[in-house]
Amino acid sequence: MRSSGSSARRLVAFSVLLLFVLFAVACDEPQSTVVPKSDTAQQVHDLYLLVFWLGMIVFVGVTLAVFGFAIAFRERAGRQARQIHGNTRLEILWTFIPVVILVVMAVPTFQTIVDTTGDAPEGALEIVATGHQWWFEFEYPGQGVITANELHIPVDRPVSIRLKSVDVIHSFWAPQLSGKVDMVPGHENHLFFTPNEVGEYLGQCAEFCGTSHANMRFRVFVDTQADFDAWVASLQQERIQPADELAVAGEQVFTTGACIGCHTLRGTIAAARVGPDLTHVGGRTTLAAGIMDNTPENMARWLRNPPGVKPGSLMPNLNLTEDQIQQLVAYLESLQ
Amino acid sequence: MATAAGTMPVVGSHTGLWSWLTTVDHKRIGTLYGVTAMLFFMMGGVEALLIRTQLAVPNGTVVEAQLFNQLFTMHALTMIFLAIMPLGAAFFNWFVPLMIGARDVAFPRLNALSYWVFLAGGLLLVSSFVFGGAPDAGWFAYTPLSDKNHAGSGMDFYVIGLLALGLSSLIAALNFAVTIINMRAPGMTMMRLPVFIWMTLIVAFLLILSLPVLTVALIELLFDRKFETNFFIADNGGNPILWQHLFWVFGHPEVYILILPAFGIISEVLPVFSRKPLFGYSAVVFAGISIAVLGFAVWSHHMFTTGLGTVPQIVFSASTMAIAVPTGVKIFNWLGTMFGGSIRFTTAMYFAVSVIALFTIGGITGVMHAVVPVDTQQQDTYFIVAHLHYVLFGGAIMGIFSGIYYWFPKMTGRFLGEGLGKVQFWLFFVGMNLTFFPMHFLGVAGMPRRIYTYDDGLGWGMWNMVASIGSYIIALGMLVFVVNFLLSMRKPATAANDAWGLGATLEWSTSSPPPEHDFDVIPVVHDRDPLWYNRDHGITPEAPPAHQHIHMPPPSYYPLVMGGGVLLLGVGVLSHLAVTALGVVIIIYAAWAWTLEPTD
Amino acid sequence: MAAAAHGPTHHSSTGIDNRKLLMWIFLASECLFFGSLISTYLIFKGQSLVGPFPDEILDIPVTSASTFVLLMSSLSMVLAVYGAEHGRPRMMKLWLLVTVLLGLIFLGFQVYEFRTFGHEGLNLTTNQFGASFFVLTGFHGTHVGVGVLILASLLLASFRRSGLGPEAGFHVEVAGLYWHFVDIVWIVIFTVLYLIPQ
Repeated sequence: MRSSGSSARRLVAFSVLLLFVLFAVACDEPQSTVVPKSDTAQQVHDLYLLVFWLGMIVFVGVTLAVFGFAIAFRERAGRQARQIHGNTRLEILWTFIPVVILVVMAVPTFQTIVDTTGDAPEGALEIVATGHQWWFEFEYPGQGVITANELHIPVDRPVSIRLKSVDVIHSFWAPQLSGKVDMVPGHENHLFFTPNEVGEYLGQCAEFCGTSHANMRFRVFVDTQADFDAWVASLQQERIQPADELAVAGEQVFTTGACIGCHTLRGTIAAARVGPDLTHVGGRTTLAAGIMDNTPENMARWLRNPPGVKPGSLMPNLNLTEDQIQQLVAYLESLQ
Repeated sequence: MATAAGTMPVVGSHTGLWSWLTTVDHKRIGTLYGVTAMLFFMMGGVEALLIRTQLAVPNGTVVEAQLFNQLFTMHALTMIFLAIMPLGAAFFNWFVPLMIGARDVAFPRLNALSYWVFLAGGLLLVSSFVFGGAPDAGWFAYTPLSDKNHAGSGMDFYVIGLLALGLSSLIAALNFAVTIINMRAPGMTMMRLPVFIWMTLIVAFLLILSLPVLTVALIELLFDRKFETNFFIADNGGNPILWQHLFWVFGHPEVYILILPAFGIISEVLPVFSRKPLFGYSAVVFAGISIAVLGFAVWSHHMFTTGLGTVPQIVFSASTMAIAVPTGVKIFNWLGTMFGGSIRFTTAMYFAVSVIALFTIGGITGVMHAVVPVDTQQQDTYFIVAHLHYVLFGGAIMGIFSGIYYWFPKMTGRFLGEGLGKVQFWLFFVGMNLTFFPMHFLGVAGMPRRIYTYDDGLGWGMWNMVASIGSYIIALGMLVFVVNFLLSMRKPATAANDAWGLGATLEWSTSSPPPEHDFDVIPVVHDRDPLWYNRDHGITPEAPPAHQHIHMPPPSYYPLVMGGGVLLLGVGVLSHLAVTALGVVIIIYAAWAWTLEPTD
Repeated sequence: MAAAAHGPTHHSSTGIDNRKLLMWIFLASECLFFGSLISTYLIFKGQSLVGPFPDEILDIPVTSASTFVLLMSSLSMVLAVYGAEHGRPRMMKLWLLVTVLLGLIFLGFQVYEFRTFGHEGLNLTTNQFGASFFVLTGFHGTHVGVGVLILASLLLASFRRSGLGPEAGFHVEVAGLYWHFVDIVWIVIFTVLYLIPQ
């Protein structure tokens, strides 16, 4: 029994140590929930720390009691078990103490719920985010801009995001900026926050939404106001002229082929809204809902067989020739 | 059929396959439940191992996305409906009559029926792997992902399988509720019931009141899928969130259905091996009742991210926090039971003590999820996966194994090896902590649930590898259990009535294993711990009369026939109307013959 | 009634027969079943995108008549139980027969109502009202049908030479519990669907 006692103590020490390690390594985890970069995320994180430490106290207390009692009261020659049936005063006490702990948690919890739900602050930048299997569409109604999978917002200004879905339930989650809120078909939700640091933040769909749920990711770029304005201005441009011969051929392939059945290229005849708006696809940093860098090689790989890259992809294999693929890559990458 | 009293070995109609198919003996039905559930448990374990193997490293290539989604859906369904619930039912079957001093359950044939319907439901659900793919929309089957536009035939198997399993559980729950309320031995008042029996009664009522809600949800989903209704299809005026409400009105009580049997088991094991009565019996019983009642008022905490609105979030946050109070009371009373004892550390006790510590971790993280803003960060991440496995593995499974080691000599007359038992315990304990504790870190690091792949560079690689190694250690532990079981069954049955020499409850007053009629003489109960009372007051049980004849219900094959009818009914919905009709005819025939069958 | 208990029915901790207790607890479960279906109906109230809408199609006078029929069947059920318990088999048979007939008339009304709605363009798939209405009342009708089967079986069995045996009163009483429950559920459904303004 002695050996199990000391190994038990080691285990406890190990567990506590692990929890501290957690904070140390958080910096290498770009999708972390405990490195908040917005007012909302910060408020949630403060609350998290409160309940975390309250929970730790209970955890350590109970664990010590379990192992302590297990060691102290193990059977030994001459030991008699004390035949007690209970102790009313003690039982009232340990009913009451959890109540107090819970009240300590409940007050800031309710306050934070009130602060983080309800209406967005005045003057917030309005964005409509729509979930699709398996990508995000971002629309800026005030700016007349539509893009996919990469959200740009200015720093230190509140943003209000209306959340919709066209097919199944998705969930919008960029942990460093806000808790998640679901995108439900037929039931609009919203969330709001004010980012407080320029940077690139990762997000991911958090509600299981089918085959490629794991491949439904997005990025949030928190820009300075100037960078944001420049980005908006560039996205407001319609129809970028293809620069070279290959790109001209690519535009031809695009506008006469199956592509226009699903995609929009503003300024051309392509105006469908099934797939992402590609008017400025060359300017994005990633492809296929954030699963790979936007390079000509990856673009070609995608065009060769979309479901091979992203299982279940609603964009089928179009059986393009290698020439067509090269032309399309040249064209699409030029759409900055 | 009459059986002579005494310890005569049972022969003739009591052996062979036919005797198992027609049995109405609660102990044999318990064994059928237990063995079947263990096989399903191992199947669910294999599914878990495949999941963990796929996730061990970033960009894993062991299984494809589609199969992965089937695996995690089936892992949950298998563990919940085909392993933990029927393992609970195995204990209910074996020990409800034995612990309340009855010779059988109130309705022995219904009891057999509930097993056969369970088997039919389980086979229907599992057969989906061969017939066009298993369900792949998650065990919660959120609409619209589970509707006809987004999910294949696997979801039909889900609906039919769960309807059958629900029917089985409802029949069993009704039976045990009546048995416990009405068939207690003389002197066994409600407040003298063993805590395991109390928890069984609470679970029975949770099932009785929550299963019909699931049934309605499944029927509506079935109508959406087969008959073109639009209950959950938003485009046509339906409401996908309604599914979530109905599902979780069932789903949260279901959590307590899974965990309360384990609470009951350790509430028996802890006092016995501490050699003192349970601390605060009434408090433990009322805590169990409060948990059950509150369990019906917290379902929306599974839906905090669906946009409930400010006020509902506050209400459900408060009700969820409130559940922590009775849960805490239980934990403290178990600790109080150990305090001042003279604890004998059998394998059963190892498992029971570990439940207190492991469940506490799951309980604490549960309270964290009641804090809605924090939950919006943790919902649908690996933090929840960690939480629920601390409750269901650390709580339910460890508790069930405690019960297996504790009652094995009563069930078989043989002890499971204590040496191998402790090896299994440490493999389980270390394995489960390695598997599930790092999942807290993964959740905090932003890893969502139900993803079949993740990128390098997110910082999730190391802890996923640790978790996967842990899962193999658990599997090794299970292998040790199987070996231990097989070795033990080869030994002669020599266990005494009171196998541990410490038993407090009535099952330890009869032989190990008990005769078909359980007790030669129905015991009279004077105290909450009747055997300890008898020991301390020098009461020796009444000797059986020399030539008594105890009427036990005769075997019946109608439960099996009716179970077959239910199976055909289900198969028919999945294939052809004619098969359904045949199933209905068989069910009506069986019901008619059942009613007219003599039971004396 | 399918489940007959075995041997030790003489021993009952509460004094209530096992089978009757089973029925009571089963009816508690049924409350939740119908509660969920009624909740579904209420949640979809006013959510139908296209007609026919409830106020255009529900025929309150006709359904009031069928409700009256079902209420009367509860009365006849009480009389049948009285007959069974007081050793008056002819009285029991008569009122069992009346109850069965009233149940069948109620089902006839329901078939008529469903057919009329069908002709007026309302079915399961038309709108939210249609789906929740037909599923709710359909399952209630199925319950009435099962009740009719049980009562008809008792009636048939009562013509055997031994009648319903020494436990006749008990059997009819437990069947009556189920029948009254199904009636009460209909009162709730009638109130919620037909009487409360849309």
